Amino acid sequence: MNFHAIRAIYKFEMSRTRRTLLQSIVSPVLSTSLYFVVFGSAIGSRITDIDGVTYGAFIVPGLIMLSTLTTSISNASFAIYFPKFTGTIYELLSAPVSYFEIVVSYVGAAATKSLILGLLILGTAHFFVPLKIAHPVWMLTFLVLTAVTFSLFGFMIGIWADGFEKLQMVPLLIVTPLTFLGGSFYSIHMLPPFWQKVTLFNPVVYLISAFRWSFFERADVNVGISLAMTFGFLLLCMAALRWIFKTGYRLKA
Amino acid sequence: MLSVSNLSKVYASGFQALKRVNLEIRRGEIFALLGPNGAGKTTLIGIVCGVVTATEGRVVVDGHDNVRDYRAARAKIGLVPQELTTDAFESVWNAVSFSRGLFGKPPNPAHIETILKQLSLWDKKDNKIMTLSGGMKRRLLIAKALSHEPEILFLDEPTAGVDVELRRDMWELVRSLRDKGVTIILTTHYIEEAEEMADRIGVISRGEIILVEDKREIIRKLGRKQLTLHLQGKVDRLPESLAGYRLEIAPGGAELVYTYDSQSESGGIPALLRDLHEAGIEFKDLNTDQSSLEEIFVSLVREKR
Ligand SMILES: Nc1ncnc2c1ncn2[C@@H]1O[C@H](COP(=O)(O)OP(=O)(O)OP(=O)(O)O)[C@@H](O)[C@H]1O
Ligand SMILES: [Mg+2]
Repeated sequence: MNFHAIRAIYKFEMSRTRRTLLQSIVSPVLSTSLYFVVFGSAIGSRITDIDGVTYGAFIVPGLIMLSTLTTSISNASFAIYFPKFTGTIYELLSAPVSYFEIVVSYVGAAATKSLILGLLILGTAHFFVPLKIAHPVWMLTFLVLTAVTFSLFGFMIGIWADGFEKLQMVPLLIVTPLTFLGGSFYSIHMLPPFWQKVTLFNPVVYLISAFRWSFFERADVNVGISLAMTFGFLLLCMAALRWIFKTGYRLKA
Repeated sequence: MLSVSNLSKVYASGFQALKRVNLEIRRGEIFALLGPNGAGKTTLIGIVCGVVTATEGRVVVDGHDNVRDYRAARAKIGLVPQELTTDAFESVWNAVSFSRGLFGKPPNPAHIETILKQLSLWDKKDNKIMTLSGGMKRRLLIAKALSHEPEILFLDEPTAGVDVELRRDMWELVRSLRDKGVTIILTTHYIEEAEEMADRIGVISRGEIILVEDKREIIRKLGRKQLTLHLQGKVDRLPESLAGYRLEIAPGGAELVYTYDSQSESGGIPALLRDLHEAGIEFKDLNTDQSSLEEIFVSLVREKR
């Protein structure tokens, strides 16, 4: 195991974040806080409680998930796409590092960043809405799982993309709709029966449901099923990445 | 030290960039790979370094197969790419330290300091890469490649876009590396560079290695010498007695050009001069010319087409 390489890449990626602190951390925290201001403090009081939780508090887990998930994808996809774009990837490809080490370091850095972001948002939410977390350990577990899984997913997008357009396409056209329709702002029990069934095909529903359960002990879907689905998606991403690296797909000419 | 056998590369576009290439590089030598644009030099280097996948064939680096045993193989190699591809926002120091870590070596600030000083980048160590000039970026890439103390160094056109003085410095550096036992493989379009630096030269054209030879041997074997005689008067045709020589009358008739192989040291010059004298052709001056590697190279590549 080339630990020096893992450390070097991880450090490099984290220092890239420090350079772009405003864009990668401050701006998502700020924009998410606006939701808390609007829905928590301003109009939240006019909306009835859901499952016995005030609306302002109800949306907090969903919004944290939403930010963690989208930044995981964008962090990881950009991290590997950019060296491909500038050509500096030659160094990575010529170095004595295994694909596993490459993934661990890039995905590890991307997940770390979005984890920090998620926790920062949780902290800010605290200022606007009263919150209590029923199962902090589970809360963290789900957050880490989500950050890692979607960083893997983003990493794949970064390898697959051969232009900036493609890099943004998947997050914009698929992930954003899935997250908004994944129950960040409502309980899926509020949907008509038919749409409740359709919505179960959306993987994000499981993430948000389980994450919200760790706060309020109320879930749309059984927590065990959620956990299994999350792990399933994680394994799927790992298998796909394995294939990509085995074939050299879009990394080597 | 490096052994390439039966290496072929067909790009996804269907273009065959390498055709069953065989090449042996000896430990500690400077090997220059010469060839026109698009000959396949960068492709060959890319495959050895693991940046490009081979379609067929095998590369063994100091006993390690570069696919099955890629860790050991790659750890021995430093690569300076042809293109100036660098990060923009990193500092010089961080970029070089990063490379060292990437190749699995523990941090060693003293070593990096030595390299940066050697490449006259020490006063730029805290500068962002994007503030460097093209020649400095080239040196940075060399510093990155040397950061992990490789045993084999690939330099893909190291002196492209580098001024004369710096080129001299670079040659100096390459020689000092060789003296430390580093094997060096460089590609270049400047033939005087190969002539100046290399121990052995390989010529590649259209994906095929058409010649690998000791530098001196090439010049000796393929080099031609010419003797030009500036005549006192003019001649329009050669007398019968001189028909046995490879003599040509230069346009104008005031000069005779005699071509001979450099292998036969004297090339029969005394006999020629005697015969000339007997034929009544007198000359007032003479000079000889030896074809340079450049001329040899151009004629070789042209012959192949
Ligand atoms: N990724 C690629 N896809 C398709 N063809 C390629 C690719 N890379 C290189 N080629 C082709 O392969 C051939 C060899 O290219 P290569 O870069 O190895 O040449 P070279 O000898 O390094 O040339 P130069 O002296 O210009 O650097 C060229 O005809 C080039 O067009
Ligand atoms: Mg080239």
